[in-house]
Amino acid sequence: MSHSLIKLEYEILENDFSRAGEASSNMKKMLTHLGINSKIIRKAAIVTYEAEMNIVIHSKGGKIFVTVSPECIEIVAKDKGPGIKDLDLAMQEGYSTAPNDVRELGFGAGMGLPNMRKFCDDFEILSSEGNETCVNMKIYLK
Amino acid sequence: MGKYIHSVLLNEDKCIGCTHCMRRCPTEAIRVRNKKAHIIKERCVDCGECIRVCPSHAQDSITDSLDKLKEFKYNIAIPGITLYGQFSSKTDMNKVYEGIKMLGFDDVFDEGIAADILSVTIKDMIKNNNLPKPIISSFCPAVLRLIQVRFSSLIDNIITVESAMEVAGRIAKDMAMKKYGYKKEEVGVFYLTPCPAKVTSIKNPIGIKDSSLDGAIAINKIYGEIVKKMKDVESICEYERATPNGIGWARVGGQSYSIDVDNYIAVDGIENVINILEEIELGKLDGVVFFEGLACIGGCVGGPLNVENPFIAKSIIRELSTKATEKEYKSSIYTEDEHIDYYLKNEFINWTENIEPKGILTLDDDIQKAIEKFEKIEEILDFLPGLDCGSCGAPTCRALAEDVVRGFANVEDCIFK
Ligand SMILES: Nc1ncnc2c1ncn2[C@@H]1O[C@H](COP(=O)(O)OP(=O)(O)OP(=O)(O)O)[C@@H](O)[C@H]1O
Ligand code: SF4
Ligand code: SF4
Ligand SMILES: [Mg+2]
Repeated sequence: MSHSLIKLEYEILENDFSRAGEASSNMKKMLTHLGINSKIIRKAAIVTYEAEMNIVIHSKGGKIFVTVSPECIEIVAKDKGPGIKDLDLAMQEGYSTAPNDVRELGFGAGMGLPNMRKFCDDFEILSSEGNETCVNMKIYLK
Repeated sequence: MGKYIHSVLLNEDKCIGCTHCMRRCPTEAIRVRNKKAHIIKERCVDCGECIRVCPSHAQDSITDSLDKLKEFKYNIAIPGITLYGQFSSKTDMNKVYEGIKMLGFDDVFDEGIAADILSVTIKDMIKNNNLPKPIISSFCPAVLRLIQVRFSSLIDNIITVESAMEVAGRIAKDMAMKKYGYKKEEVGVFYLTPCPAKVTSIKNPIGIKDSSLDGAIAINKIYGEIVKKMKDVESICEYERATPNGIGWARVGGQSYSIDVDNYIAVDGIENVINILEEIELGKLDGVVFFEGLACIGGCVGGPLNVENPFIAKSIIRELSTKATEKEYKSSIYTEDEHIDYYLKNEFINWTENIEPKGILTLDDDIQKAIEKFEKIEEILDFLPGLDCGSCGAPTCRALAEDVVRGFANVEDCIFK
């Protein structure tokens, strides 16, 4: 086992569309420097971007933590609420509560969470109404 | 393999070390050391941005001179489609071609004819194939190299057909060999190029083993001579020429228009292309069918080795490619179906080689070591002022930190240290 780890942290603000995508694109550059296979990088970028956008659109802001070891990329997205009432429903393809103005920007297809689950090897989401939402995702490198 | 990497070149005597080019380069390929700019050749995608911004014209491109024609028995010029935009829309292109011939060529073959053929091919491929979307145009070699370097997960989206230049070269050579019985090595095919990227794709092609072209001559190096010779032209032949559709390929959107897809994105300018490729990588443009990305503003009319102002050239191309009243040129190659079939069947068009990603940004092949190096970069970065002032000779503080870790620079290069 190795001891080398890269830990990065990104602050994500509620409704801040102008900086949206910064965390995923920054992470992508880092993974490129590490020489990780481009298909894996693409998966990691997609899930991070979706998590980032969910924090921007649906929450009161939060953070994304990325940890990279030679074995695995781990992405944790944690926000300050308001949480998700019905998780099973939220995980369904096409389910979205995104308001109209956000849909006009091209979001709100209800595909974010399903795609996160699809593109990572381990996916876990913890949330309930009135509480924070925490998404934990892992993509293995070996 | 792969010794010849790029065609943009720097004239050290002219370089004043001003850092304009370094700040502009989209792949951070330029460093200024001892008051002279240097290009890290593996990183250069030949977009030509540095040529455009250099105030002392120290950045140039490696191209061939007319002397090289002496190596062949029969020489054909393939003018890049942008040549149409370098003359007024009233100019008889046949006369231009006569002028080109008087410089030592035996024949001239319009690149636009290949664009017409490719329009048919690409249209069919899009219709029949289950290709990953969006399909990315393979036309601009600077964009192809950019994808290899920075967006290698999108390599499978690139349509596997050769560029119009290459297809034109193959057809022209093939026709001369058949018509006059020359051997392959006796026929010289030269591209009149608007950009260094095309030069590189002749010397070091992507997707095929060898290029059928034998050299490239910069449009701006022979334009004056063509104009001079045109005054002495006595008789003018009718040359095979592209249709308005084919001519339209010289400006951004022309390809997309000619292949007749509804849902396309056509983007010009290398930074804009980078932004769209980022979006494609995130899967945000999966509904788009075709992506036409061109490194130069306006498309090839904006190539750094052209003569005419890109916007004027673009408007000339627009006029020629949309004007229904103009005499419509149709080459027999394009209109006679059996010709198209012949050139399709004989693999004039398809790629034969896979494109490999280029891991030039990788810090170390061993991920363990790469992680350690990355941590070191972050450590150094904490200690640099973060102004990205460029005085150290690297485009950003991060680039300096990276250079230090790669062993190319010292932290003391930072003027604040
Ligand atoms: N961090 C979060 N906090 C609160 N609610 C959330 C959060 N993430 C998702 N949701 C809820 O789950 C629903 C589904 O999320 P999902 O990401 O799948 O779709 P979307 O964001 O609405 O649309 P898309 O991601 O396709 O743009 C959202 O509409 C929202 O109601
Ligand atoms: S041609 Fe483009 S990629 Fe190459 S050094 Fe110049 S600006 Fe950089
Ligand atoms: S847009 Fe055209 S002229 Fe510019 S680099 Fe690409 S192929 Fe060359
Ligand atoms: Mg979402």
